Amino acid sequence: MKLSRKIGVRHLSRVEGHGNIDIDIKDGKLVSANWQVVEAPRFFEAMMRGKSWQAVPMLSGRICGICSIGHTLCSIRAVERAFGFEPSAQTMRLRLLLKHMETLQSHVLHVCFLAAPDFLGEGSVLPLVEKSPVVVEIALRLKQLANDACDLVGGRRLHPTTIVPGGFTMLPDKRELESIRARLNDSLKDLESIAGLLSGFTIPAFTRETEFVSLKGEDSYPFIGGDLLSSDGVVKKEEQYLEMTNEYKVEQSTSKWSRLSRESFAVGALARMNNNFDLLHPGAREVAHTLGLKPLCHNPFMNNVAQIVECVHVALDSIRLIDEHLGAAGNSAREDIEPREGSGIGAVEVPRGILYHSYSFGEDGRISDCNMVIPTSQNHANIQHDLVALVEKYAAEKGDSELELMASMLVRAYDPCISCSVH
Amino acid sequence: MTGEQSTYLGIQLIRPRVAFMEFTSCEGCQLQVLNNESTLLRFLSLIEIADFREAVTERSDDYDIAFVEGSITRQDELERLKLVRRNAKTLVAMGSCACFGGVNQLKNRFRDQAGVIRYVYGDHTMDTMEAVPVEAIVPVDLRIFGCPINKDEMERTVVSLVLGLKPVVPDAPVCMECKASENICLFELGQPCLGPVTRCGCGAWCTSRRSRCWGCRGPVDKPNMPLMKEVMEQHGFGDRTFDEMLSCFGGFTAQERKEESKA
Repeated sequence: MKLSRKIGVRHLSRVEGHGNIDIDIKDGKLVSANWQVVEAPRFFEAMMRGKSWQAVPMLSGRICGICSIGHTLCSIRAVERAFGFEPSAQTMRLRLLLKHMETLQSHVLHVCFLAAPDFLGEGSVLPLVEKSPVVVEIALRLKQLANDACDLVGGRRLHPTTIVPGGFTMLPDKRELESIRARLNDSLKDLESIAGLLSGFTIPAFTRETEFVSLKGEDSYPFIGGDLLSSDGVVKKEEQYLEMTNEYKVEQSTSKWSRLSRESFAVGALARMNNNFDLLHPGAREVAHTLGLKPLCHNPFMNNVAQIVECVHVALDSIRLIDEHLGAAGNSAREDIEPREGSGIGAVEVPRGILYHSYSFGEDGRISDCNMVIPTSQNHANIQHDLVALVEKYAAEKGDSELELMASMLVRAYDPCISCSVH
Repeated sequence: MTGEQSTYLGIQLIRPRVAFMEFTSCEGCQLQVLNNESTLLRFLSLIEIADFREAVTERSDDYDIAFVEGSITRQDELERLKLVRRNAKTLVAMGSCACFGGVNQLKNRFRDQAGVIRYVYGDHTMDTMEAVPVEAIVPVDLRIFGCPINKDEMERTVVSLVLGLKPVVPDAPVCMECKASENICLFELGQPCLGPVTRCGCGAWCTSRRSRCWGCRGPVDKPNMPLMKEVMEQHGFGDRTFDEMLSCFGGFTAQERKEESKA
C-alpha cells in the first residue's frame, strides 16, 4: 500500500444530486478530506416572491424528486400558520398517513437500492436481481405499497395533487384504504426480512460524537410541527428555527452549511430516533433492539438501520391511522381558507431530517419573503467532519479502493438529497 | 443486468444502451423510472444501462439513447450536454425542465438577476445563468412532457425506440382525457384550470383528483389562448391568476416567444 495517495470521487453515484469526495494522504496521514457539493442551484426562494398562496405549495414540492410530499406538506403548514388556519383532525390524520408512506418509500429506496449494494459487494441493485431475487422482490413490494398509498392519499407518488391549504381536494376511497391496510399488515413480515438482511451487514465501527437535531415529540414520535430539540439540550419553538439552523456559506459547496452548539450537527432518521426513542412504536423499538441500535448512537452508518426501524414504526402507525379514519365520521375534504397579511413557519420531519419553510405574505396572499432550510444542507458540515475523522482513523490501514468505498458509504449513509440542498 | 433476450414477433430485439442523466432539476423524473415497481424488472430487461448515476455506480459513455432531465443553468452543464449529444444517437428531453426550462425558468422573470443570487446567497458569488431547455443548446430528438413525467408514457417511448417505431405524441388538450374520465369540470367547482389548452397524455392526472391543471406539459400545437382567457374571465379569474398559471413550467412562455418571433 502506498503511504501517500490521492483519492477522488467525481459525482458520487447512488445519491441524489452531484457531490465530490477528495482525499489527500501523505505518509499514511491525512492531509485533507473534503466533501464538495457542486450541484447547480435553482433559487427557489427568490422565484417564490410574488407567487400566490395557491401556487406556492405546488411549486415548492418541485424542490425535491424524492420528498416532494414532505416539501408540499411543509409548505402548506407554513401557509396555514401564516393565515391562522387550524386544519381539522381528519386532515391532520390523512396528512400524517401520507407523510408516513413517503417515509416508507424513501427509506426503502435508500436502504435497499442505494445503500445495500455496498454491503453486498455490488455497484448497484442490478446484479442482485439475479443473485438475491427474493430480497429485490421484497424491496420492490414494500416500495410499491408505499407508493400506491401515496397515490391513493396524495393523488400522486411524486409531486402530489390532492394536498392543498385547507385540506384535500379529494378524500381517499375507504375501500381502497382497507386494501392498503391489509397490505401494510402483510408488509410487517417483509420489513422483518429486510431487518434480517441488515443484521448480516458489517457496519463500520466508526463513531464521532455528534449533536443531533430533530422535532421534539410530546406524546407521539414527531413528524409534523412542534418544538425543536437538540441532543445537546437546546430546545426552541418552531418559530425560532433560524436560531436552530444558523446557515452560512462555505467555498467548497454550492449548498449552505449549518451549525448549532458545535462545529456541525446531524438531522435525519438517526437524529429523530436518538432524540425520541421512547416515542417509537414498541414494535419498532423491538427491531431497534434486535439490530443493536440504541440512543445515543454516534455511528453515522447506523442511519441505515434507523431508517428501517422507522419503516416499522410508520407501517404500524399507518395501520392505526387508517383504523382511526375508517372509524371516524367523515368531514368535508377541504375547508375555506382566508389569506391575510402575515408570516408562517412550517417544520416537518422529511425522510432526510427536519425541513423548514418560512413565508411572509402581503395582503393579496402573495409571497413577499421566503426562506427554506433543507435537511441535507444541515447535514453537509457534519458529513465533512465525519469524513475527516473517518480518513484519519483508516488512512494507515485501508487501501485506496477500500478507503474510497468507506468514504462513499459514509456519504451515502446520510442519504443526501443534494438537489434539495441547493434548492 | 443480463436476463433473457426479449423478442417481438419472434424477432430478437437488440437491447439499446441507455444513459439517464440530469442537469438542473429535482431528479424526480429519473426516480419515476424506478417508481414503476410492478414493471421495473421487465422494463430493465429491454435495455442495457450504460449510465444511471442516481442508482448505479458503474458508468460508461458508450450509449445509444440519452434521457436527459433538467434545464441548463450553468456553463459546465452546457459543455456536458454537448458531450452527451455527441455520444447519443437519440437524445430524449425528459420532463418539463428539459423540455421547457420547467419551474427553474421562474427565476428568469426577474430583471435583476444579480438580485436573485443576492436574495439567496447574500454577498457570495454563485455561478448561474438564465435557465433554458435542452433544445436551446443542442438538437433534441424526442420529448417526454410533464412534471413529473408519466411513467407509462416513459415506458411506451422506450418500447417504441426498442422496436424502431416513432413514439406518438398526442396533440389534444387535457380536457379530452378529463371528459373521458367523466370528471366534473373544475370551472364548475369554482377553480381555474389550464386543461383546455394543455397537451394531454397524462391521463388527466391532476384534474381527476379535483386538482387544477397548471399546464406542466405545455400547450397543444394550436392552443386557443384568446378563448381560454375568456373562459377564465367568465369564471372570475383575472389576468394575474391566468398569467401565474401559464408561467409555472415554461411551456406556455416558450409558446409566447415563438408567437412573438412569428409576428
